[in-house]
Amino acid sequence: MSSITDTLPSQSLNAWKRVAASPSFKAVYRRLVPWILPAILILAWHIAAVTGLLNRNVLPGPVDVVNVAISLIERGQLQHHLLVSLRRVAIGFTIGASVGLGLGALVGLSSTARQVIDLTMQMIRTVPHLALVPLMIFWFGIGEEPRVLLVALGVVFSVYINTVSGIRSVDPKLIEMGRSYGLSEPQLIWSVILPGALQQILTGIRYALGVAWLTLVVAETIASREGLGFLVQDARELLRLDVIVLVIAIYAIAGWLADFLTRKLEARLLSWHPSYGKGVRPS
Amino acid sequence: MSGASLTIRKLRRDFGAKRVLQDVDLDVARGQFVSLIGASGVGKSTLLKIIAGLDTPTSGSIRIGEPGEKPDVRMMFQEDRLLPWRSILDNVTIGTRSRETEARKLLAAVGLAGREDEFPSVLSGGQKQRAALARALLHKPDLLLLDEPFGALDALTRAAMQQLLSDLLEEAPRTVLLVTHDVEEALLLSDRVIVMRSGRIAHDLVLEGSRPRARGDATLARLKEELVRSLLLDEGQTRNGVQETASSSALEAAE
Repeated sequence: MSSITDTLPSQSLNAWKRVAASPSFKAVYRRLVPWILPAILILAWHIAAVTGLLNRNVLPGPVDVVNVAISLIERGQLQHHLLVSLRRVAIGFTIGASVGLGLGALVGLSSTARQVIDLTMQMIRTVPHLALVPLMIFWFGIGEEPRVLLVALGVVFSVYINTVSGIRSVDPKLIEMGRSYGLSEPQLIWSVILPGALQQILTGIRYALGVAWLTLVVAETIASREGLGFLVQDARELLRLDVIVLVIAIYAIAGWLADFLTRKLEARLLSWHPSYGKGVRPS
Repeated sequence: MSGASLTIRKLRRDFGAKRVLQDVDLDVARGQFVSLIGASGVGKSTLLKIIAGLDTPTSGSIRIGEPGEKPDVRMMFQEDRLLPWRSILDNVTIGTRSRETEARKLLAAVGLAGREDEFPSVLSGGQKQRAALARALLHKPDLLLLDEPFGALDALTRAAMQQLLSDLLEEAPRTVLLVTHDVEEALLLSDRVIVMRSGRIAHDLVLEGSRPRARGDATLARLKEELVRSLLLDEGQTRNGVQETASSSALEAAE
Protein backbone atom coordinates (compact mmCIF):
# COMPACT_ATOMS: atom_id res chain seq x y z
CA MET A 1 0.00 0.00 0.00
CA SER A 2 2.74 2.44 1.00
CA SER A 3 4.72 1.75 -2.17
CA ILE A 4 1.83 2.97 -4.26
CA THR A 5 1.02 6.12 -2.34
CA ASP A 6 4.67 7.07 -1.96
CA THR A 7 5.22 7.50 -5.68
CA LEU A 8 3.68 9.78 -8.29
CA PRO A 9 -0.05 9.30 -7.55
CA SER A 10 0.45 10.68 -4.04
CA GLN A 11 1.75 13.91 -5.54
CA SER A 12 -1.28 14.35 -7.73
CA LEU A 13 -3.43 13.37 -4.77
CA ASN A 14 -1.83 16.14 -2.73
CA ALA A 15 -2.35 18.61 -5.56
CA TRP A 16 -5.99 17.56 -5.71
CA LYS A 17 -6.30 18.00 -1.96
CA ARG A 18 -4.91 21.51 -2.26
CA VAL A 19 -7.45 22.40 -4.93
CA ALA A 20 -10.24 20.85 -2.88
CA ALA A 21 -9.24 22.90 0.17
CA SER A 22 -9.25 26.25 -1.66
CA PRO A 23 -12.17 28.54 -0.73
CA SER A 24 -13.32 29.10 -4.31
CA PHE A 25 -13.57 25.35 -4.92
CA LYS A 26 -15.52 24.93 -1.70
CA ALA A 27 -17.94 27.65 -2.76
CA VAL A 28 -18.55 26.04 -6.15
CA TYR A 29 -18.88 22.61 -4.55
CA ARG A 30 -21.43 23.87 -2.02
CA ARG A 31 -23.52 25.36 -4.81
CA LEU A 32 -23.38 22.25 -6.99
CA VAL A 33 -24.11 19.58 -4.38
CA PRO A 34 -27.90 20.16 -4.13
CA TRP A 35 -28.21 19.69 -7.91
CA ILE A 36 -26.50 16.32 -8.09
CA LEU A 37 -29.54 14.28 -7.02
CA PRO A 38 -32.03 15.98 -9.42
CA ALA A 39 -29.51 15.54 -12.25
CA ILE A 40 -29.16 11.82 -11.50
CA LEU A 41 -32.95 11.37 -11.36
CA ILE A 42 -33.47 13.11 -14.70
CA LEU A 43 -30.65 11.11 -16.28
CA ALA A 44 -32.18 7.85 -14.99
CA TRP A 45 -35.56 8.95 -16.35
CA HIS A 46 -33.97 9.68 -19.73
CA ILE A 47 -32.18 6.32 -19.87
CA ALA A 48 -35.34 4.47 -18.91
CA ALA A 49 -37.27 6.26 -21.67
CA VAL A 50 -34.61 5.71 -24.36
CA THR A 51 -34.06 2.02 -23.56
CA GLY A 52 -37.78 1.37 -23.64
CA LEU A 53 -37.82 0.38 -19.99
CA LEU A 54 -40.44 3.06 -19.57
CA ASN A 55 -43.46 2.92 -21.87
CA ARG A 56 -43.86 6.34 -23.46
CA ASN A 57 -47.61 5.96 -23.34
CA VAL A 58 -47.29 5.84 -19.56
CA LEU A 59 -44.60 8.46 -19.02
CA PRO A 60 -42.82 10.35 -21.82
CA GLY A 61 -39.06 10.92 -21.45
CA PRO A 62 -37.41 14.25 -20.64
CA VAL A 63 -36.48 14.82 -24.29
CA ASP A 64 -40.14 14.51 -25.35
CA VAL A 65 -41.10 17.03 -22.68
CA VAL A 66 -38.43 19.50 -23.81
CA ASN A 67 -39.52 19.05 -27.44
CA VAL A 68 -43.15 19.76 -26.68
CA ALA A 69 -42.09 22.78 -24.63
CA ILE A 70 -40.16 24.16 -27.61
CA SER A 71 -43.04 23.64 -30.01
CA LEU A 72 -45.52 25.23 -27.59
CA ILE A 73 -43.21 28.22 -27.12
CA GLU A 74 -42.83 28.57 -30.89
CA ARG A 75 -46.59 28.71 -31.23
CA GLY A 76 -46.71 31.29 -28.43
CA GLN A 77 -49.00 29.12 -26.31
CA LEU A 78 -46.81 28.30 -23.33
CA GLN A 79 -45.87 31.92 -22.58
CA HIS A 80 -49.48 32.97 -22.87
CA HIS A 81 -50.90 30.38 -20.46
CA LEU A 82 -47.99 30.81 -18.05
CA LEU A 83 -48.48 34.58 -17.92
CA VAL A 84 -52.22 34.20 -17.35
CA SER A 85 -51.56 31.82 -14.44
CA LEU A 86 -48.81 33.98 -12.94
CA ARG A 87 -51.07 37.01 -13.12
CA ARG A 88 -53.84 35.17 -11.28
CA VAL A 89 -51.47 34.00 -8.55
CA ALA A 90 -49.91 37.46 -8.20
CA ILE A 91 -53.23 39.30 -7.88
CA GLY A 92 -54.84 36.67 -5.64
CA PHE A 93 -51.76 36.44 -3.44
CA THR A 94 -51.44 40.20 -3.06
CA ILE A 95 -55.09 40.56 -2.07
CA GLY A 96 -55.00 37.60 0.31
CA ALA A 97 -51.69 38.51 1.93
CA SER A 98 -52.71 42.17 2.41
CA VAL A 99 -56.00 41.24 4.03
CA GLY A 100 -54.34 38.55 6.18
CA LEU A 101 -51.57 40.89 7.29
CA GLY A 102 -53.96 43.74 8.01
CA LEU A 103 -56.49 41.69 9.97
CA GLY A 104 -53.69 39.76 11.69
CA ALA A 105 -51.99 42.96 12.83
CA LEU A 106 -55.28 44.36 14.05
CA VAL A 107 -56.19 41.23 16.01
CA GLY A 108 -52.64 40.79 17.33
CA LEU A 109 -52.42 44.36 18.59
CA SER A 110 -55.90 45.03 19.91
CA SER A 111 -57.80 42.79 22.29
CA THR A 112 -61.07 44.40 21.21
CA ALA A 113 -60.41 43.49 17.58
CA ARG A 114 -59.49 40.02 18.72
CA GLN A 115 -62.80 39.56 20.48
CA VAL A 116 -64.75 40.83 17.50
CA ILE A 117 -62.90 39.20 14.60
CA ASP A 118 -60.94 36.15 15.72
CA LEU A 119 -63.75 33.66 16.27
CA THR A 120 -65.25 34.42 12.85
CA MET A 121 -61.89 34.00 11.16
CA GLN A 122 -61.26 30.71 12.94
CA MET A 123 -64.66 29.42 11.85
CA ILE A 124 -64.24 30.39 8.21
CA ARG A 125 -60.75 28.92 8.30
CA THR A 126 -62.08 25.43 8.98
CA VAL A 127 -64.01 25.42 5.68
CA PRO A 128 -61.78 23.91 2.98
CA HIS A 129 -61.63 26.80 0.53
CA LEU A 130 -61.55 24.47 -2.46
CA ALA A 131 -65.03 23.31 -1.49
CA LEU A 132 -66.20 26.77 -2.53
CA VAL A 133 -65.24 26.26 -6.18
CA PRO A 134 -68.79 25.37 -7.37
CA LEU A 135 -70.28 28.25 -5.38
CA MET A 136 -67.73 30.71 -6.77
CA ILE A 137 -68.43 29.65 -10.32
CA PHE A 138 -72.15 29.95 -9.69
CA TRP A 139 -71.68 33.47 -8.34
CA PHE A 140 -69.02 34.86 -10.59
CA GLY A 141 -69.25 32.73 -13.71
CA ILE A 142 -66.14 31.37 -15.38
CA GLY A 143 -64.20 34.64 -15.66
CA GLU A 144 -61.16 35.75 -13.71
CA GLU A 145 -62.90 36.68 -10.44
CA PRO A 146 -63.61 33.23 -8.97
CA ARG A 147 -60.06 32.04 -9.61
CA VAL A 148 -58.37 35.11 -8.18
CA LEU A 149 -60.73 35.11 -5.20
CA LEU A 150 -60.06 31.46 -4.47
CA VAL A 151 -56.32 32.08 -4.46
CA ALA A 152 -56.82 35.07 -2.13
CA LEU A 153 -59.01 32.97 0.16
CA GLY A 154 -56.38 30.23 0.29
CA VAL A 155 -53.66 32.74 1.18
CA VAL A 156 -55.52 34.84 3.74
CA PHE A 157 -55.62 32.40 6.62
CA SER A 158 -52.03 31.25 6.80
CA VAL A 159 -50.84 34.86 6.68
CA TYR A 160 -53.48 35.86 9.24
CA ILE A 161 -52.72 33.10 11.75
CA ASN A 162 -48.97 33.57 11.55
CA THR A 163 -49.23 37.35 11.88
CA VAL A 164 -51.44 37.08 14.96
CA SER A 165 -49.28 34.49 16.67
CA GLY A 166 -46.07 36.28 15.62
CA ILE A 167 -47.25 39.51 17.22
CA ARG A 168 -48.46 37.78 20.35
CA SER A 169 -45.18 35.93 20.80
CA VAL A 170 -43.10 39.11 20.89
CA ASP A 171 -41.17 39.16 24.18
CA PRO A 172 -43.26 41.25 26.62
CA LYS A 173 -40.01 42.26 28.32
CA LEU A 174 -38.92 44.07 25.17
CA ILE A 175 -42.27 45.86 25.00
CA GLU A 176 -41.88 46.86 28.66
CA MET A 177 -38.40 48.17 27.86
CA GLY A 178 -39.75 50.18 24.93
CA ARG A 179 -42.44 51.72 27.14
CA SER A 180 -39.97 52.63 29.88
CA TYR A 181 -37.69 54.27 27.29
CA GLY A 182 -40.47 56.56 26.19
CA LEU A 183 -41.57 55.02 22.88
CA SER A 184 -45.00 56.11 21.71
CA GLU A 185 -47.54 53.45 20.74
CA PRO A 186 -46.86 53.73 16.95
CA GLN A 187 -43.09 53.72 17.60
CA LEU A 188 -43.52 50.64 19.75
CA ILE A 189 -45.41 48.84 16.99
CA TRP A 190 -42.96 49.86 14.29
CA SER A 191 -39.65 49.27 16.08
CA VAL A 192 -40.44 46.52 18.58
CA ILE A 193 -43.58 44.54 17.75
CA LEU A 194 -43.45 44.19 13.96
CA PRO A 195 -39.73 43.32 13.76
CA GLY A 196 -40.29 40.79 16.55
CA ALA A 197 -43.13 39.16 14.63
CA LEU A 198 -41.42 39.30 11.24
CA GLN A 199 -39.88 35.85 11.30
CA GLN A 200 -43.22 34.14 11.78
CA ILE A 201 -45.01 36.44 9.32
CA LEU A 202 -42.47 35.39 6.68
CA THR A 203 -43.05 31.73 7.51
CA GLY A 204 -46.77 32.35 6.90
CA ILE A 205 -46.05 34.04 3.58
CA ARG A 206 -43.82 31.20 2.45
CA TYR A 207 -46.47 28.66 3.27
CA ALA A 208 -49.16 30.82 1.64
CA LEU A 209 -47.23 30.86 -1.64
CA GLY A 210 -47.50 27.08 -1.78
CA VAL A 211 -51.23 27.22 -1.04
CA ALA A 212 -51.67 29.86 -3.76
CA TRP A 213 -50.21 27.56 -6.42
CA LEU A 214 -52.23 24.60 -5.23
CA THR A 215 -55.42 26.61 -5.31
CA LEU A 216 -54.66 27.87 -8.78
CA VAL A 217 -54.22 24.36 -10.17
CA VAL A 218 -57.65 23.35 -8.91
CA ALA A 219 -59.31 26.64 -9.85
CA GLU A 220 -57.95 26.47 -13.39
CA THR A 221 -58.87 22.86 -14.12
CA ILE A 222 -62.56 23.72 -13.80
CA ALA A 223 -64.30 25.49 -16.68
CA SER A 224 -61.24 27.40 -17.81
CA ARG A 225 -60.17 28.67 -21.20
CA GLU A 226 -56.74 29.96 -20.28
CA GLY A 227 -53.86 29.23 -17.96
CA LEU A 228 -51.69 26.25 -17.11
CA GLY A 229 -54.62 24.38 -15.59
CA PHE A 230 -56.52 24.70 -18.86
CA LEU A 231 -53.46 23.42 -20.72
CA VAL A 232 -53.47 20.28 -18.57
CA GLN A 233 -57.21 19.74 -19.01
CA ASP A 234 -56.91 20.20 -22.74
CA ALA A 235 -53.96 17.82 -22.93
CA ARG A 236 -55.82 15.18 -20.95
CA GLU A 237 -58.68 15.23 -23.44
CA LEU A 238 -56.25 14.99 -26.35
CA LEU A 239 -54.18 12.31 -24.55
CA ARG A 240 -51.07 14.48 -24.74
CA LEU A 241 -49.06 13.03 -21.84
CA ASP A 242 -45.98 15.09 -22.74
CA VAL A 243 -47.89 18.34 -22.23
CA ILE A 244 -49.23 17.13 -18.87
CA VAL A 245 -45.74 16.24 -17.65
CA LEU A 246 -44.45 19.59 -18.94
CA VAL A 247 -47.01 21.55 -16.94
CA ILE A 248 -46.27 19.51 -13.81
CA ALA A 249 -42.58 20.32 -14.30
CA ILE A 250 -43.44 24.02 -14.64
CA TYR A 251 -45.42 23.88 -11.39
CA ALA A 252 -42.39 22.34 -9.68
CA ILE A 253 -39.99 24.97 -11.04
CA ALA A 254 -42.33 27.86 -10.19
CA GLY A 255 -42.86 26.53 -6.68
CA TRP A 256 -39.14 26.19 -6.16
CA LEU A 257 -38.53 29.70 -7.51
CA ALA A 258 -41.12 31.24 -5.17
CA ASP A 259 -39.56 29.45 -2.23
CA PHE A 260 -36.09 30.55 -3.30
CA LEU A 261 -37.17 34.19 -3.51
CA THR A 262 -38.87 34.16 -0.09
CA ARG A 263 -35.75 32.61 1.43
CA LYS A 264 -33.65 35.40 -0.10
CA LEU A 265 -36.10 37.89 1.39
CA GLU A 266 -35.86 36.18 4.79
CA ALA A 267 -32.07 36.25 4.71
CA ARG A 268 -32.20 39.95 3.93
CA LEU A 269 -34.87 41.01 6.44
CA LEU A 270 -33.65 38.74 9.22
CA SER A 271 -29.92 39.38 8.79
CA TRP A 272 -29.79 40.30 12.50
CA HIS A 273 -30.96 36.81 13.43
CA PRO A 274 -28.13 34.45 14.39
CA SER A 275 -29.55 31.61 12.28
CA TYR A 276 -30.05 33.74 9.17
CA GLY A 277 -26.90 35.85 9.28
CA LYS A 278 -24.12 35.40 6.76
CA GLY A 279 -21.80 32.48 7.19
CA VAL A 280 -23.76 30.84 9.96
CA ARG A 281 -26.15 28.80 7.87
CA PRO A 282 -24.78 28.19 4.38
CA SER A 283 -27.63 27.97 1.93
CA MET B 1 -29.84 69.04 38.48
CA SER B 2 -27.64 66.24 39.75
CA GLY B 3 -30.42 63.77 40.36
CA ALA B 4 -33.96 63.94 41.60
CA SER B 5 -35.32 63.37 45.08
CA LEU B 6 -37.88 60.64 45.70
CA THR B 7 -40.75 60.68 48.19
CA ILE B 8 -42.97 57.65 48.71
CA ARG B 9 -45.93 57.66 51.11
CA LYS B 10 -48.08 54.71 52.22
CA LEU B 11 -47.48 52.80 49.02
CA ARG B 12 -49.57 49.66 48.76
CA ARG B 13 -49.78 47.07 46.00
CA ASP B 14 -52.09 44.06 46.02
CA PHE B 15 -52.02 41.21 43.56
CA GLY B 16 -55.41 39.66 44.18
CA ALA B 17 -55.53 38.70 47.83
CA LYS B 18 -51.75 38.90 48.18
CA ARG B 19 -50.38 42.17 49.54
CA VAL B 20 -46.95 42.62 47.99
CA LEU B 21 -46.24 46.11 49.33
CA GLN B 22 -47.73 47.21 52.63
CA ASP B 23 -47.65 50.94 53.28
CA VAL B 24 -44.08 51.66 52.25
CA ASP B 25 -42.67 55.07 53.23
CA LEU B 26 -39.37 56.09 51.72
CA ASP B 27 -37.45 59.34 51.28
CA VAL B 28 -34.41 59.48 49.04
CA ALA B 29 -32.36 62.66 48.79
CA ARG B 30 -31.10 63.80 45.41
CA GLY B 31 -27.82 62.22 44.42
CA GLN B 32 -28.16 59.39 46.92
CA PHE B 33 -27.33 55.81 45.94
CA VAL B 34 -29.78 53.46 47.68
CA SER B 35 -29.68 49.67 47.51
CA LEU B 36 -32.75 47.53 48.16
CA ILE B 37 -32.01 44.02 49.36
CA GLY B 38 -34.21 41.25 50.66
CA ALA B 39 -35.28 37.68 50.06
CA SER B 40 -37.09 36.73 46.83
CA GLY B 41 -40.68 37.91 46.61
CA VAL B 42 -40.58 40.64 49.26
CA GLY B 43 -41.64 43.30 46.76
CA LYS B 44 -38.32 44.93 45.79
CA SER B 45 -38.85 44.63 42.05
CA THR B 46 -42.52 45.60 42.35
CA LEU B 47 -41.49 48.78 44.15
CA LEU B 48 -38.99 49.57 41.41
CA LYS B 49 -41.54 48.93 38.66
CA ILE B 50 -44.06 51.23 40.31
CA ILE B 51 -41.46 53.99 40.55
CA ALA B 52 -40.63 53.43 36.86
CA GLY B 53 -44.32 53.77 35.96
CA LEU B 54 -44.50 50.19 34.63
CA ASP B 55 -46.95 49.17 37.36
CA THR B 56 -49.68 51.07 39.22
CA PRO B 57 -49.95 51.05 43.01
CA THR B 58 -53.20 50.02 44.68
CA SER B 59 -52.95 53.09 46.91
CA GLY B 60 -50.39 55.58 48.16
CA SER B 61 -48.34 58.27 46.48
CA ILE B 62 -45.00 58.72 44.76
CA ARG B 63 -43.30 62.00 44.01
CA ILE B 64 -40.18 62.14 41.93
CA GLY B 65 -38.31 65.47 42.06
CA GLU B 66 -39.46 68.73 43.60
CA PRO B 67 -42.65 70.45 42.39
CA GLY B 68 -41.97 72.15 39.07
CA GLU B 69 -39.19 69.77 38.06
CA LYS B 70 -39.66 67.24 35.27
CA PRO B 71 -37.24 64.50 36.15
CA ASP B 72 -36.31 61.78 33.69
CA VAL B 73 -36.49 58.21 35.02
CA ARG B 74 -34.79 55.24 33.35
CA MET B 75 -34.71 51.61 34.27
CA MET B 76 -32.08 48.99 33.61
CA PHE B 77 -33.20 45.38 33.82
CA GLN B 78 -31.64 42.09 34.84
CA GLU B 79 -31.70 41.02 31.18
CA ASP B 80 -30.11 43.33 28.63
CA ARG B 81 -33.42 43.72 26.73
CA LEU B 82 -31.61 44.93 23.62
CA LEU B 83 -33.64 44.73 20.41
CA PRO B 84 -31.98 41.91 18.43
CA TRP B 85 -32.86 43.55 15.08
CA ARG B 86 -31.15 46.84 15.84
CA SER B 87 -27.45 47.60 15.81
CA ILE B 88 -25.81 48.39 19.15
CA LEU B 89 -25.79 52.09 18.32
CA ASP B 90 -29.48 52.09 17.35
CA ASN B 91 -30.28 50.23 20.55
CA VAL B 92 -28.51 52.79 22.69
CA THR B 93 -30.22 55.72 20.98
CA ILE B 94 -33.72 54.24 21.31
CA GLY B 95 -36.31 56.84 22.24
CA THR B 96 -33.95 59.76 21.59
CA ARG B 97 -33.29 61.94 18.60
CA SER B 98 -29.90 62.92 17.15
CA ARG B 99 -27.84 61.88 20.12
CA GLU B 100 -25.49 59.81 17.99
CA THR B 101 -22.27 61.57 19.00
CA GLU B 102 -23.09 61.22 22.67
CA ALA B 103 -24.06 57.60 22.18
CA ARG B 104 -20.71 56.84 20.54
CA LYS B 105 -18.91 58.53 23.43
CA LEU B 106 -20.87 56.51 25.98
CA LEU B 107 -20.25 53.27 24.10
CA ALA B 108 -16.54 54.08 24.15
CA ALA B 109 -16.81 54.76 27.89
CA VAL B 110 -18.32 51.32 28.52
CA GLY B 111 -15.65 49.69 26.38
CA LEU B 112 -17.67 49.03 23.24
CA ALA B 113 -15.94 51.38 20.81
CA GLY B 114 -15.91 49.89 17.32
CA ARG B 115 -18.86 47.59 18.02
CA GLU B 116 -21.54 50.21 17.24
CA ASP B 117 -22.76 48.67 13.99
CA GLU B 118 -22.89 45.07 15.17
CA PHE B 119 -26.04 43.20 16.17
CA PRO B 120 -26.50 42.22 19.84
CA SER B 121 -26.36 38.50 19.00
CA VAL B 122 -22.59 38.63 18.42
CA LEU B 123 -21.86 40.25 21.80
CA SER B 124 -21.14 38.40 25.04
CA GLY B 125 -23.49 38.66 28.02
CA GLY B 126 -21.28 41.22 29.74
CA GLN B 127 -20.92 43.33 26.60
CA LYS B 128 -24.70 43.34 26.07
CA GLN B 129 -25.22 44.50 29.64
CA ARG B 130 -22.69 47.29 29.06
CA ALA B 131 -24.66 48.38 26.02
CA ALA B 132 -27.81 48.35 28.18
CA LEU B 133 -26.02 50.52 30.75
CA ALA B 134 -24.99 52.96 28.02
CA ARG B 135 -28.62 53.05 26.84
CA ALA B 136 -29.85 53.86 30.36
CA LEU B 137 -27.25 56.60 30.83
CA LEU B 138 -27.71 58.25 27.43
CA HIS B 139 -30.98 59.72 28.59
CA LYS B 140 -29.13 61.43 31.44
CA PRO B 141 -31.79 60.22 33.88
CA ASP B 142 -32.24 62.12 37.12
CA LEU B 143 -33.33 58.88 38.70
CA LEU B 144 -31.70 55.64 37.59
CA LEU B 145 -33.48 52.41 38.55
CA LEU B 146 -31.40 49.25 38.42
CA ASP B 147 -33.21 45.91 38.77
CA GLU B 148 -30.50 43.34 39.51
CA PRO B 149 -28.54 44.59 36.50
CA PHE B 150 -25.46 42.43 37.14
CA GLY B 151 -27.22 39.39 38.61
CA ALA B 152 -26.75 37.18 35.56
CA LEU B 153 -23.08 37.98 35.01
CA ASP B 154 -20.05 35.98 36.13
CA ALA B 155 -18.11 37.24 39.16
CA LEU B 156 -15.30 38.89 37.19
CA THR B 157 -17.54 40.70 34.74
CA ARG B 158 -19.77 41.76 37.63
CA ALA B 159 -16.84 43.35 39.48
CA ALA B 160 -15.81 45.18 36.30
CA MET B 161 -19.39 46.43 35.75
CA GLN B 162 -19.66 47.64 39.36
CA GLN B 163 -16.44 49.61 38.92
CA LEU B 164 -17.69 51.01 35.60
CA LEU B 165 -20.98 52.09 37.15
CA SER B 166 -19.35 53.90 40.06
CA ASP B 167 -16.86 55.61 37.71
CA LEU B 168 -19.66 56.83 35.45
CA LEU B 169 -21.67 58.03 38.45
CA GLU B 170 -18.67 59.94 39.77
CA GLU B 171 -18.50 61.83 36.47
CA ALA B 172 -22.22 62.56 36.37
CA PRO B 173 -23.90 62.12 39.77
CA ARG B 174 -27.58 61.17 39.92
CA THR B 175 -30.02 59.46 42.24
CA VAL B 176 -29.82 55.67 41.98
CA LEU B 177 -32.03 52.89 43.29
CA LEU B 178 -30.46 49.45 42.99
CA VAL B 179 -32.30 46.20 43.63
CA THR B 180 -29.83 43.39 44.26
CA HIS B 181 -29.41 39.99 45.87
CA ASP B 182 -25.72 40.61 46.32
CA VAL B 183 -25.13 42.06 49.80
CA GLU B 184 -21.53 42.88 49.01
CA GLU B 185 -22.56 44.76 45.87
CA ALA B 186 -25.02 46.81 47.91
CA LEU B 187 -22.41 47.66 50.54
CA LEU B 188 -19.74 48.53 47.99
CA LEU B 189 -21.78 50.83 45.80
CA SER B 190 -24.36 52.60 47.93
CA ASP B 191 -24.77 55.34 50.51
CA ARG B 192 -27.65 53.54 52.10
CA VAL B 193 -28.89 49.95 52.24
CA ILE B 194 -32.55 49.14 52.78
CA VAL B 195 -33.59 45.64 53.77
CA MET B 196 -37.13 44.70 52.80
CA ARG B 197 -39.16 42.00 54.51
CA SER B 198 -42.64 40.86 53.41
CA GLY B 199 -43.61 44.09 51.72
CA ARG B 200 -42.17 46.44 54.35
CA ILE B 201 -38.91 48.21 55.00
CA ALA B 202 -37.27 46.21 57.81
CA HIS B 203 -33.91 47.96 58.13
CA ASP B 204 -32.64 51.28 56.86
CA LEU B 205 -28.89 51.38 57.09
CA VAL B 206 -26.97 54.57 56.25
CA LEU B 207 -23.33 53.80 55.48
CA GLU B 208 -20.53 56.09 56.55
CA GLY B 209 -17.81 57.40 54.27
CA SER B 210 -17.87 57.96 50.53
CA ARG B 211 -18.45 55.32 47.86
CA PRO B 212 -17.20 53.22 46.26
CA ARG B 213 -15.81 51.40 49.21
CA ALA B 214 -12.80 49.11 49.25
CA ARG B 215 -13.51 45.38 49.10
CA GLY B 216 -12.36 43.48 52.18
CA ASP B 217 -12.80 46.40 54.60
CA ALA B 218 -13.31 45.07 58.15
CA THR B 219 -16.44 47.10 58.92
CA LEU B 220 -17.97 46.03 55.62
CA ALA B 221 -17.20 42.39 56.34
CA ARG B 222 -19.00 42.65 59.70
CA LEU B 223 -22.01 44.42 58.16
CA LYS B 224 -22.16 41.86 55.39
CA GLU B 225 -22.17 39.04 57.94
CA GLU B 226 -25.07 40.65 59.82
CA LEU B 227 -27.11 41.37 56.71
CA VAL B 228 -26.63 37.91 55.25
CA ARG B 229 -27.75 36.34 58.52
CA SER B 230 -30.86 38.50 58.64
CA LEU B 231 -31.66 37.70 55.00
CA LEU B 232 -31.25 33.96 55.50
CA LEU B 233 -33.74 34.16 58.33
CA ASP B 234 -36.24 35.81 55.97
CA GLU B 235 -35.65 33.22 53.29
CA GLY B 236 -36.44 30.45 55.77
CA GLN B 237 -39.62 32.19 56.83
CA THR B 238 -40.96 32.80 53.36
CA ARG B 239 -40.24 29.25 52.35
CA ASN B 240 -41.79 27.44 55.31
CA GLY B 241 -44.08 30.05 56.74
CA VAL B 242 -42.75 29.34 60.25
CA GLN B 243 -40.23 31.01 62.47
CA GLU B 244 -36.82 29.38 62.32
CA THR B 245 -33.52 30.04 63.98
CA ALA B 246 -30.83 31.69 61.92
CA SER B 247 -28.49 28.73 62.24
CA SER B 248 -30.98 26.15 61.01
CA SER B 249 -31.90 28.14 57.91
CA ALA B 250 -28.21 28.78 57.25
CA LEU B 251 -27.65 25.05 57.31
CA GLU B 252 -30.56 24.52 54.98
CA ALA B 253 -29.12 27.01 52.54
CA ALA B 254 -25.76 25.27 52.65
CA GLU B 255 -27.25 21.95 51.58
